[in-house]
Amino acid sequence: MRLEPRETLHWTWLFMAPLAAIAAALAICSLLIAWADAPVLEAYGLVAKGAFGSRLGMTETLARSTPLILTGLAAAAAFRAKLWNIGGEGQFYMGALAATMLGTGALAMHPAALIPVLFLAGAIAGGATLLVPALLKARFNVDEVVTTLLLNFIILLLVSFLLEGPLKDPNALGWPQSASVVDEAVLPKLVSKSRLHLGLVIAVAAAAAVWLIMFRTRLGLEIRAVGHNPDAARFAGVGITATLVKTALLSGGLAGMAGVSELTGLKGYLTLDISPGFGYAGIAVAMLALLHPLAVVPAAVFLSAMFVGTDSMSRVLSIPTYLADVQVACAILLVMVFVLFARFRIRRG
Amino acid sequence: MLWEILITAGFWAAAMRIATTYLLGTLGELLCERAGVLNLGIEGIMTAGAMSGWMWAYYTGDLWAAVVFAFAVGAVAGALHALLTVFLGVSQHVSGIGLTLLCSSLSYYVFRMLLPTSTTPPKIVPFAPIDAGFLADIPLLGEALFAQTPLTYLALALAVAVAYFLYRTPLGLAVRLVGENPAAADSQGIPVYWVRAGAVMVGSGLMAIGGSFLTLAHFDAFYFGMINGRGWICVALVIFASWRPGKAFWGVLLFAAIEAFQLRAKQVTGGLPYQFYLMLPYALSILALIVWSRKASYPRALLVPYRRGQR
Repeated sequence: MRLEPRETLHWTWLFMAPLAAIAAALAICSLLIAWADAPVLEAYGLVAKGAFGSRLGMTETLARSTPLILTGLAAAAAFRAKLWNIGGEGQFYMGALAATMLGTGALAMHPAALIPVLFLAGAIAGGATLLVPALLKARFNVDEVVTTLLLNFIILLLVSFLLEGPLKDPNALGWPQSASVVDEAVLPKLVSKSRLHLGLVIAVAAAAAVWLIMFRTRLGLEIRAVGHNPDAARFAGVGITATLVKTALLSGGLAGMAGVSELTGLKGYLTLDISPGFGYAGIAVAMLALLHPLAVVPAAVFLSAMFVGTDSMSRVLSIPTYLADVQVACAILLVMVFVLFARFRIRRG
Repeated sequence: MLWEILITAGFWAAAMRIATTYLLGTLGELLCERAGVLNLGIEGIMTAGAMSGWMWAYYTGDLWAAVVFAFAVGAVAGALHALLTVFLGVSQHVSGIGLTLLCSSLSYYVFRMLLPTSTTPPKIVPFAPIDAGFLADIPLLGEALFAQTPLTYLALALAVAVAYFLYRTPLGLAVRLVGENPAAADSQGIPVYWVRAGAVMVGSGLMAIGGSFLTLAHFDAFYFGMINGRGWICVALVIFASWRPGKAFWGVLLFAAIEAFQLRAKQVTGGLPYQFYLMLPYALSILALIVWSRKASYPRALLVPYRRGQR
C-alpha cells in the first residue's frame, strides 16, 4: 500500500476535512461521555445550548473566541512560513504586560489615541518576544519549537515576579495582581451587560488584514514561499532571514494583541491566570482552519463554543471539563489525517 | 556559603533523584529521533505515564506493575504518533503537539473520572530507597549512589542498555540507518516503517516511565501540571547530547546538578526573588541549545517522512 498524490485537489475536499475531523472527534469522545454514564446526545445538546442557546451563552462564546482568533492568526501566520511558533502563550503575556505598564496611568490620552497605542505596544512586545527565537533559528540553527516553548515558562515566571513585586497593586489585599488600567484604556462593550467587547471587532479586522497580507502582498508570497520550499525561495531571491524576521513580528504581534485585548476588554488588571492557555489553543485554531486567515474566525468561534458549552454541560451532568480539551486534541490529530486523504489516495502495491 | 552546597551529601543525592526523570525522558526522545522521528508528544506522554502509573499503584499497590503499565501506556501513545508520522507521514511537529494535548487532557479527564471529589490528592506508598548498608555512609557520594529508589538504578541501566543497543546490535544499526538514510535501509531489506514505529513506541514508553518516576518515587501523588515543561527540557537535552546516550547521561547529570543547586542556593542566599531561580532550568536549556545547535549533526532524516518509491 502506498500514498499517491491526487491529480486534482478539489477545494470541497479541503473544506470538508476539518468538518469531518470535528465530527469524528465528537464521535470518539462520546465514548468518554458514555463512560461517565451520561446520555451522549443529551450531553452534546447541552453543549450546543450552553454555547449558543441564550444571549449570555452567545456573547460569552464570542467573547472567548476573541483572543482565540488573534492567537490562531498568530499560529497560522507563523506556520505558513514553517516557523513553528509554540510561544503564543508567552507572547500573549508579554502583550498584556506591555499594556499593563503603559495603561495603568503612565499615559494620559483620549481613548481614541490610548487604545491604539496600547495595542501597538502589545504587538511590539509580542513581536520582539518571538524575534529572539526566530533570529536564533535563522542565525544559529536553533530549533524554535523548544526555544518558544521554554520561553513560555520563563515569561510566566517573569510576570509572576512582577505581579508580586514592582507591578503589585497595593490595594489588592495581597493577591498577586496589577493595578487596573485607566478608564480611557478600557475597551467599550459591544453588547451591554455582557462580556463581549470591542476586541472582537479588532480581531476580525486583524483576520482580514492577515488575509490581505498573506494573499495580496509580496510579503505574503515570500512567507508562503519560505514555508513551501526554502531552497527554491532563496534561489528566487527571497531573503530567508528577513522573511522569518517579518513573520515573527507579525505572528508575535498578533499574539501580543490578544493579550492587550483580554486585559483592556475584560479584567482590566493583569493576573497570572489571565490566559487559560489561549496561546496553545491558538495552535488548534490554526490547524482546524488549515492555516487560512479567514477560516481562523469560524474555527476560533467553534473552539470557544466547545469550551463554553462543555463548561455549562459539565455542571449539569458532572463530566470533567477536560472533555473539551480531549475533543480539541482529537480534532487536531484527525484533521491532518483527513487533509492527507484529500491530497493523496491509497494505491495497492 | 554557596560552594558549601557542593560538599553536602544531600545535594548530590537530590541531583541523582532529579536526573532520573530527565534521563528516562531524554533516552526516550533520543531513541525516537535517532530513528528520524521528532516526538513532541513527550510532555503529554510523561503526564500520561505519571497519571497511569500512579493510578495503577493506587488501586493495586503493586509498584513494579505500575511501572510496566506506565510503559505500556506510553507505548500506545507512541504507536499513535508512529501511525500518524511514520505510516501516514503527516507533520511531526503538529502530530507531536496534538499528542501532548491529547495525552495530558485525557490523563486529567481519567484522573477526575476515577477520583472525582478529592480536593487533597490521595497518596500512595512510593518506592523506598534501597538499603545498601554501610555503602550509603560513604561521605559525599554514598547517599547519591547507594540510597536511591530502584527506578533511578533502572534509568542508569537503561542508559547503558540504549547505548549498547544502538551501537552494538544489528537492530540498533537499523534504527540509526532509518534515521540517517531510510532509502538505503529499505534497499538493504530493512522494514523502515516498522523499525521507526518500534523505536517511537519504545522511546515513548521510556518517557512514560520517566513521568511515572515522579509519582511513584519522587513524590507520592499526582498533581495537575506536574510535568511542568520537563518534557520540553528533555527535547533540548537530546540536542545538547548530540543524539548520543553517553553524552545524554552526562548532560542530564550536569543539568540536574544545576537544578538541585538552585533549589538550595535559594535557601542560602535568599537575595533574588524565587522566580529567577525557577527560571534557571528553562534559561539554561535555551543557552545550551544556542551553544550546541550550530555544530549539531542532526540525524539526517529527522522530520522527513519516508514514502516508498518517492525521492
